Amino acid sequence: MASPGEAVVGDTHVGEKKKPTSRYWEEPQEDGKNENKVVKDGEQTEQSLEKKTRQTQKAKKRKQEEDQGDGNKFISGKSDPFPGPAPIPEDRLQKFKRRDKTKKPRRQHYKLKDMITRSEEASEMAQKQAARFDLLLPEDAGFLEGDEDEDTCTISQEDIADVVDITSATKYFDLKLSQFGPYRVDYSKTGRQLLLGGRRGHVACIDWQSKQLMCEINVMESVNDVKWLHSEAMYAVAQKKWLHIYDSNGIELHCIRKFNDVLRMQFLPYHFLLATASATSFLQYLDVSVGKEVAAICTKTGRLDVMCQNPHNAVIHLGHSNGTVTLWSPNQKEALVKMLCHQGGVRSVTVDKTGTYMVTSGMDKKLKVYDIRAFKPLKSYFLPAGASCLSLSQRGLLSAATGDIVQVYRDVWNTPVSKPYMAHRVQRTIWGMNFCPFEDVLGVGHGEGFTSMLIPGAGEPNFDGLDANPYRSAKQRQEWEVKALLEKIQPELISLDPTELGQVDRATFEQRHQDRVKALGFDPLAKEKFIPKYKKKGRSSTGSVERRKRQVAHEDQRDVIRKTAEDKMKIEKERKKREKKEAVLSSQRSALDRFKK
Amino acid sequence: QCNAVKWFSSSSTHGHVCPFLFFYQMKVKVLSRNPDDYVRETKLDIQRVPRNYDPALHPFEVSREYTRALNATKLERVFAKPFLASLDGHRDGVNCMAKHTRNLSTLLSGSCDGEVKLWNLTKHECVRTLQAHEGFVRGMVVRYCGASFFTVGDDKTIKQWKMEAPGYGEEEEPLNTILGKTVFTGLDHHQKDAVFATCGQQVDIWDEQRSSPIRSFTWGVDSFSSVRFNPVETELLASCASDRSIVLYDMRESAPLKKVIMTMRSNTLCWNPMEAYYFTCSNEDYNLYTYDMRYLDRPVTVHMDHVSAVLDVDYSPTGKEFVSASFDKTIRIFPKDSGHSREVYHTKRMQHVICIKWSSDNKYILSGSDEMNIRLWKANAAEKLGVLAPRERQAANYNQKLKEKFQHHPQIRRIAHHRHLPKNIYHQTKELRVMKEARRRKERNVRKHSKPGSVPVVSEKEKHVVTVVK
Repeated sequence: MASPGEAVVGDTHVGEKKKPTSRYWEEPQEDGKNENKVVKDGEQTEQSLEKKTRQTQKAKKRKQEEDQGDGNKFISGKSDPFPGPAPIPEDRLQKFKRRDKTKKPRRQHYKLKDMITRSEEASEMAQKQAARFDLLLPEDAGFLEGDEDEDTCTISQEDIADVVDITSATKYFDLKLSQFGPYRVDYSKTGRQLLLGGRRGHVACIDWQSKQLMCEINVMESVNDVKWLHSEAMYAVAQKKWLHIYDSNGIELHCIRKFNDVLRMQFLPYHFLLATASATSFLQYLDVSVGKEVAAICTKTGRLDVMCQNPHNAVIHLGHSNGTVTLWSPNQKEALVKMLCHQGGVRSVTVDKTGTYMVTSGMDKKLKVYDIRAFKPLKSYFLPAGASCLSLSQRGLLSAATGDIVQVYRDVWNTPVSKPYMAHRVQRTIWGMNFCPFEDVLGVGHGEGFTSMLIPGAGEPNFDGLDANPYRSAKQRQEWEVKALLEKIQPELISLDPTELGQVDRATFEQRHQDRVKALGFDPLAKEKFIPKYKKKGRSSTGSVERRKRQVAHEDQRDVIRKTAEDKMKIEKERKKREKKEAVLSSQRSALDRFKK
Repeated sequence: QCNAVKWFSSSSTHGHVCPFLFFYQMKVKVLSRNPDDYVRETKLDIQRVPRNYDPALHPFEVSREYTRALNATKLERVFAKPFLASLDGHRDGVNCMAKHTRNLSTLLSGSCDGEVKLWNLTKHECVRTLQAHEGFVRGMVVRYCGASFFTVGDDKTIKQWKMEAPGYGEEEEPLNTILGKTVFTGLDHHQKDAVFATCGQQVDIWDEQRSSPIRSFTWGVDSFSSVRFNPVETELLASCASDRSIVLYDMRESAPLKKVIMTMRSNTLCWNPMEAYYFTCSNEDYNLYTYDMRYLDRPVTVHMDHVSAVLDVDYSPTGKEFVSASFDKTIRIFPKDSGHSREVYHTKRMQHVICIKWSSDNKYILSGSDEMNIRLWKANAAEKLGVLAPRERQAANYNQKLKEKFQHHPQIRRIAHHRHLPKNIYHQTKELRVMKEARRRKERNVRKHSKPGSVPVVSEKEKHVVTVVK
């Protein structure tokens, strides 16, 4: 009995009888075994129940291999307490899911079937690997929790700055610029640089973390908006008359006279488009990589001073004084969508990073949340003071400016919110507000200058080095710039659904197929008529040939029958549901029932 | 009042204070990254690139991939420079070529004046010349061991030659010479045995040790233009006859197996080295036909695109593609199951291409043409030659996959499929298309005005097969 080989055999067959001394690792092993047994039993019952298809056979084989793997594989008699690959949490897998499985064609089309299977396997593997990698990300998101009966909104910025580490504490600061305010604010895509534009002409860009001033100029004109272009080397300033572009040393590169009276700007980083909204109700797109105007759309809706972009599909949202929000792409002279959101004018609009939710605020002092994919209102809040400025952070915190108070809300779309998550009062009326990407910081521009606030949990903790790297060197930036320019998306590809390009174009195929049928005079894809094979030994008698033909015909019908049956079931189910609902409704007694006879 | 208790993380692998802090009961954590984790330590290191694959951080996935695919396709066309070298030295048209079975860099070629040349492909130079025959060298094959090769010529002889050059002072003499009764037009060697086959008036099987054929196959009166051994089922042969038929033989039997008669004559054929029940024949009617050996009644695929007779065909060693040489002065590369070519090669100086070979490393194509030159081409026109750095290879693979993914998008398809053609070929293609369309229209009209079912639809595949004889 001493030889290891025998030990294995003994373990498999008479495991119950011969009990070795108990060890602390014994428990998981026992569990594992039982589980295996259960699995095997389940399989057998399945086998007896189900007709064995090839797929299940394969799965069974794999499972058996796994069983052997986790079972008594080791010669020493020990078994692996953690057999197989480590499990991946379902929510992580879901996060990286790209699409549902395609329905494979039944019978025939073997090559296509094989191709689909292979590509699906590959994407599944990629999904799993990405999910596994997600567990290894180095940083965690920030948070702020008060004690039981303490509101987090009562915690002041000073208190937070006092308790956090020194580097974070320096991120809470005030810039007293009372001369040229109020200020508009913009952070660069990496979140390292800050651009300030004072109403009275003061423009400054700052490396705000090291507090180094990159440049500071006065354009000697009123400034309506400022925006970084694709990198920190260039920015656009919407001045009183024209649109100007400066470099990071404050040197004027361009004065674009095609763009006049610009009030608001948005930069679409993957398209290299600068979208501007003007007082003359023009929405214009400037391709900053080649310096050409891509589109100029007259919206005919008056002064455009409310604008935001949907970062998911690069559609521009404009808010109007009649309470509508319109969606625009450069390819269409008309609005893609018009939504009536408020009674009275729209004051501010913002869209979250995944392109799911749109938050609007209006003159009717309401704050509304919409599902922008289905164009449905989700939540409506009443703010006594009304919000003049809205901004959403990468992790979905909403900041709203009401006069001189900044309120930050958490999770406005899922649960009805009654209190703000954080609040802060600045000296004068707020003019511009932006969350800093990849940092827990909210930048607020107001009449008295600029305030940088700490908002724990606002920023995405883990950045992607190839997309936006706050720590990139000059060389890396140059390389990124070349790559980004190479994969600049053409403005024609902007549409409401950004995945449209990857879908199968059935309409064109059908059109082409019809043309082909017309040209050929017959349908090349038509199903061939079944001609039974000639069989020997009297098996090709008329009767058996007929039977074979019928068999094939029935097989073809099977799909149709199955589908109609399924449809019927669905209709029946819906009908039952409806009836149930009606029954519930009818059982409720209303106040008017007593008048019924 | 501010009685903060600071708590330091003990598991700080990055030597950095964890920003968890307790203020009364309040818990705060603010994002605070240590720059040391994100920038390289010294200038000698490579830059750190932390990744996060969250789809929300990478918007416009499809559009960006599409743009990348478009760029990759354009770059592929930019880098498509397939012509590598021309080997000149023959004093008459190159009539046949043979690959060395053991050596990648050696090529043998025979010309119309009976001269045979051995080439070193890496150096692009001729290493040996011998006057093998009087008149054409019709066929040439290297023995499976690579030590000797056979040639047949118009002087009715089969000669076996040593692969090594004769020593100093020795005369260039064949190892063995067999005098036949009729002219030989083709030759092939068995994969493993000392047996070879020739064709001419009939197909003969020869033992290397004997001076008379061990077996002769005839089927009607005809002459054969090419004979090929099956690379897997090694006792099987196929040959193209001038009576428009392709005949299959089993070497162990005394009579041929079966033949298929087509509307026009086939010039040469080649077996697929991986799926050796498929063979492709080059036909006089400008097409190539891939047949399944078991079902000769209709070809598996008809490969169209040439505008003149196809003279030679050779499979890639992977069996996924083949290359054809045509009288229209072009070379075309076809995927094995596609009806149209993926690539066409031509130069101003290249005349009728008579023989073609795909090198055994799947990277090069060799063509021998009328104007006495052998040309060396890349099998994949845009491929970068030489050793690739790992990142380079990765990028190439990624681009390949992208091109595949978006190949059906009209813009990408247009760029990927565009080939410049010489004017006459371009116009001939157009003319052929018009002719075909006219024929189809006529057929359609005939069908429209006759009794339903009396004019059946005959597919392109069935059109070219006359009959199968067993």
